[in-house]
Amino acid sequence: MPLLEALEITKVYNLGDVAVNALDGVTVIMEKGEFIAIMGASGSGKSTFMNIIGCLDKPTGGSYLLEGIDVSMLDRDELAAIRGNKIGFVFQGFNLLSRTSALENVELPMLYSGVPAKERRERAFEALRKVGLEGRENHHTNQLSGGQQQRVAIARALVNDAPIILADEPTGNLDTRTSVEIMELFVRLNSESNITIIIVTHESDIAAYSQRVIKFQDGRIISDERKDE
Amino acid sequence: MINIPSTFKISFRALRVNKMRSALTMLGIIIGVGSVITMLAVGAGASRKISEFISSIGGNILMVLPGTTTSSGVRMGAGTQSTLTLSDAEAIKRDCPAAQDVAPVLGGVAQVAYGNQNWSTGVTGTTPDMLSGRDWKLSSGRPFTDQDVKGATKVCLLGQTVVDNLFGDTDPVGQVVRIKRIPFVVYGVLDRKGQSPSGQDQDDTIFVPITAAQKILFGTAFPGMVRIIYVKARSEQDLPLAEDQITELLRQRHRIGPRQENNFTVRNLTQILQASEQSAKLMTMLLGAIASVSLLVGGIGIMNIMLVSVTERTREIGIRMAVGAKTWDIRLQFIIEALTLSLIGGIAGIVLGISGSEILSALAGWPTAVSVLSIFLAFTFSGIVGIFFGFYPAYKASLLNPIDALRYE
Repeated sequence: MPLLEALEITKVYNLGDVAVNALDGVTVIMEKGEFIAIMGASGSGKSTFMNIIGCLDKPTGGSYLLEGIDVSMLDRDELAAIRGNKIGFVFQGFNLLSRTSALENVELPMLYSGVPAKERRERAFEALRKVGLEGRENHHTNQLSGGQQQRVAIARALVNDAPIILADEPTGNLDTRTSVEIMELFVRLNSESNITIIIVTHESDIAAYSQRVIKFQDGRIISDERKDE
Repeated sequence: MINIPSTFKISFRALRVNKMRSALTMLGIIIGVGSVITMLAVGAGASRKISEFISSIGGNILMVLPGTTTSSGVRMGAGTQSTLTLSDAEAIKRDCPAAQDVAPVLGGVAQVAYGNQNWSTGVTGTTPDMLSGRDWKLSSGRPFTDQDVKGATKVCLLGQTVVDNLFGDTDPVGQVVRIKRIPFVVYGVLDRKGQSPSGQDQDDTIFVPITAAQKILFGTAFPGMVRIIYVKARSEQDLPLAEDQITELLRQRHRIGPRQENNFTVRNLTQILQASEQSAKLMTMLLGAIASVSLLVGGIGIMNIMLVSVTERTREIGIRMAVGAKTWDIRLQFIIEALTLSLIGGIAGIVLGISGSEILSALAGWPTAVSVLSIFLAFTFSGIVGIFFGFYPAYKASLLNPIDALRYE
């Protein structure tokens, strides 16, 4: 069973009397352990697609199966539960809670999946160690550098043992050197923990870290290439 | 699954981050709860004083006053032949079936001495009916009798305050005190009654047979004069009947013609007091209602701040939703924030209300009574205010679309 199956996904936005087809029949199958880059210009539909596979949005048509479950049938709270347990998000703007410690940020997903306090703490420490932030657990996020903040976000994505990490332009706000560090961290997590990593980017040197590149244009997939190792 | 303790933690953190704002929001509730408690305490204090006095004078009491007319403005003062006499009192007792106890009173202030101690107090000449009418027991000794009244015996009953001031630890029963230098034997000591609503110490008194007061202590303009006659009716239902019987009897005895004004007044003391107790209760409700408005305003303040807070923290809400927060996780977070504001405000308001009542009693001398019920009510009400006014902002927050919330700047 594939990890993720998007079959003939369409998404239509009604802007007044104009209907915009953001996605126009997208079919992709992703397997566990893949490292995928989704590329495309802005307006190509890549972000819409990412919102749908991230269960932040529902498709207008088609079906989306996550671990064999048809997600398009689920309600708001069921989607929230899937986001909490199956998907870790990493955003361009980090999206951490400000004036809150790194540790508490990482604990957040477990808070909503009902992990007991003691275990939450242990797992958050462990996740921060994995991303190389040992000793900074109690720093507030606004005291950390951009690269460190993104590491906190990655730790947060890891902490519930989600099989998928969805990263939307994760290096967009970082300098080149830090970008390399973050990408190497993704590569390491992919190879060591077999986590499926899906990165949305428009930079080809970021996409170069992946094993498979899917290109979007005008709401359709125009290419889907696997690198030969 | 909703994790209540963690949600509480999140809420407390959010409130701590905006300390000034939280404190000001609470202030609305603090003032609201504080004023509800203070106002209820003022009202309750007033009505408690009145009902204490009603029970201290005993129920179903009529007062017969001499020489004052109610409508014509012609006042027949004391010392005229129309004044009440001891025989009027005896006649009421004898001829008015609705009157159970009849206690004529003639009194004055006199210096009382025992040993080397002396004390100035009100000396009341009366009959044994005074004790049964006012439901006043003796703590020791025995009362004087109708025989003592007939014989104008020099005996007396002492109020507790008088005993405290003259005797200290000595048992006064059987001792001799000198009232206006005239020796009186102490027959008994009266039970403690406390203060009247006007703040008068009812225990600062001495009872002597009325005849002794008339003949020995104070003297009278004419034989048998009394100042007031207290009448206790047999029951509450008998009060109007007793009033009529007394009026008719006294008009006959004073030979007042059909078109003439009464030269005495019968007052229904219990009714007057009950009416004022009733109005005190009404006042309590009114004060409480006005104070509740400020609590309501405080609640609107909470709602206002929570709405601002939801808008400000749209991104935070988006993040929480992205990592798995469900509808009720978000709702509960904001409801608990509102509830925390209102309950902490409520507790501070209770403290403010209690100290406010104490200060009012101390400075203005108003009797206040903070009741447990009013504290409980104010606290519960502030909790309800928190939930009620917190729900809409929380509901609004929970309906946000996670994608839009994450992109919110």
